[in-house]
Amino acid sequence: MEQKRWMTRTGQWAFALVGLVLSASAMALAPNSAMLADACTGCHGTYGASAGMSMPSLAGQSRQVIVEAMKNFKSGERYSTVMGRLAKGYTDADFAAMGDYFAGQKLHITQQMLDQQRVAKGAVLHNAKCKSCHPDNGKTNEDDAPPVASQWLPYLQMQMALYIEGKRKTTKMSDVVKGLSADDLESLLQFYASVK
Amino acid sequence: MTTDRRKFLKLIGVGGVGATLAGCGTTGLGLDKSAGRRVVVVGGGYGGTVAARYIRMQDKSIEVVLIETNRQFVSCPLSNLYIAGLLPNLSTLTIGYDALAANHGIKMIYDTVTAIDPVKKTVTVSGGTIDYDRLVLSPGVDFRTEELEGYDLATTPEIMPHAWKAGPQSVLLRKQLEDMPNGGRVVITVPLAPFRCPPGPYERTSLIAMYLKQHKPKSKVIVLDANPDIASKPALFRRGWKKHYEGIIEYRSAQKVTAVNAKTHSVFIEGMEEVKGDVVNVIPPQRAGRIASATGLIGPDKAWCPVNGNTFESTLQKNIHVIGDSSNAGAMPKSGYSANSQAKICATNIVASMNGKESVDMSSLNVCYSFLSAKEAVSVAAVYTVKAGLIVPVPNSGGVSPDLSEAEAIYAHSWLKNILTEMSS
Repeated sequence: MEQKRWMTRTGQWAFALVGLVLSASAMALAPNSAMLADACTGCHGTYGASAGMSMPSLAGQSRQVIVEAMKNFKSGERYSTVMGRLAKGYTDADFAAMGDYFAGQKLHITQQMLDQQRVAKGAVLHNAKCKSCHPDNGKTNEDDAPPVASQWLPYLQMQMALYIEGKRKTTKMSDVVKGLSADDLESLLQFYASVK
Repeated sequence: MTTDRRKFLKLIGVGGVGATLAGCGTTGLGLDKSAGRRVVVVGGGYGGTVAARYIRMQDKSIEVVLIETNRQFVSCPLSNLYIAGLLPNLSTLTIGYDALAANHGIKMIYDTVTAIDPVKKTVTVSGGTIDYDRLVLSPGVDFRTEELEGYDLATTPEIMPHAWKAGPQSVLLRKQLEDMPNGGRVVITVPLAPFRCPPGPYERTSLIAMYLKQHKPKSKVIVLDANPDIASKPALFRRGWKKHYEGIIEYRSAQKVTAVNAKTHSVFIEGMEEVKGDVVNVIPPQRAGRIASATGLIGPDKAWCPVNGNTFESTLQKNIHVIGDSSNAGAMPKSGYSANSQAKICATNIVASMNGKESVDMSSLNVCYSFLSAKEAVSVAAVYTVKAGLIVPVPNSGGVSPDLSEAEAIYAHSWLKNILTEMSS
């Protein structure tokens, strides 16, 4: 709420300067975390818990993940459809405020129809290859690696396709992904989708 | 207590013993009687449901009553997919209110508002009268049928469906397309902007053309557009029409329809040139919902309700807020997403104001998808802020898709799923 406090002070300054002109009702606080995040949740679900299977849940993501994603959408480094156009409307401070909001929400647990054999195979692969960056079965994260647990399988599949096409870049994941077959990757995604 | 009041409380299932009418206080409703603050929301669509929900999410001590005529709501967004046969029925577009009401303690009234008294702060429905501290109106659009000679609101849409309010009208338009012979002609008339869903008529044109191409290849669709050009995403629609529907769509700009004759299936451009169709989809010019007009909330444009850009409070009547299509929300288009976003902003600032806190400047966005074919869509996206009380786009942000996109068609379906879930849970 750093931003809000700052704006309140600024607001008081402005009020002191033009107090005779402005009425108190004309004063308003700068958009806070909830105001900014509320604009996102029409597409990403209330509190960032997505019901749409191609849209990621933002609930329970870390602040750093949200900020990095938004910056990369804004610069065009990360491929997107609407996200790049939207990210251009916000500042880094806005991204941090959105990040605080979604990081403060509970991870969204989904119920999905999955292939249990693949889920089991994926669990083994996760332990061998992925858990250092996606710890706790992908429920938490290290650095800029996003929590992936319980995301919708179609969303995970679309993102993995972007990694493979090179449209979504990653510093750490490329080498890991290259060493895995398409079948392995599908099993991994089904595993993450299954985590409760 | 007035007889009406007693009758009304009975109507909404409120016990009589101990129920007294004290100003705006709520009594016997089992909802924080001591605080006694009430917001009434009119209209259970994209705006009203979300406003009701977000007030209750932020302050459970405020009673929220949602008044809606129908037991179910059918989404206009994506209803063109149904019309063109891409959805088997209206189920994916339809929501009810039971879960929303139960989850958030919202009182549902299924009735139609007949009058609002901004001075006494009361809303009258056929079953009685209810007081409010704040009123949120999200009544959608009404049709300016007086600008279409020969148009009768009761009978003309049964022959020339508008399908601009989804539900039975969507079913009728689809049936007419299915019943039309191969070689038949579809006429779509588009009113001058602003109207609900700026890309809607052109998405409909695209998907009807798709249907004709597949099922009635000798048929054509003629678009009579009152606007000087396609009113939304023009380059993308032209590209899609050239790619898929060359020779099927005849688009005519600056062709304002001013009269209709349902008997002969005719429309008249500027009252002169007659154009006939086997299926005639007349989308009438629009204004704010009827109750907004009746309450004196319409601005000098004689069509829409001017509002404060942060609170969505009417600039003409205190304590009445107008969101969604009925509001004049500056640069924001009349879209479902706009209504959703405005509802949250309005709810946040109503809760702040009722608790004696400062309002928060609005920050909003809009995302609209339009389908060009079964598997391709395009989008428009924008971020909005408020400057000197006016809603303006954030500079150097937003825009439209670079091209037709299969990914955007996939996202559009999740857009619908998430936004309808937010409205109904």
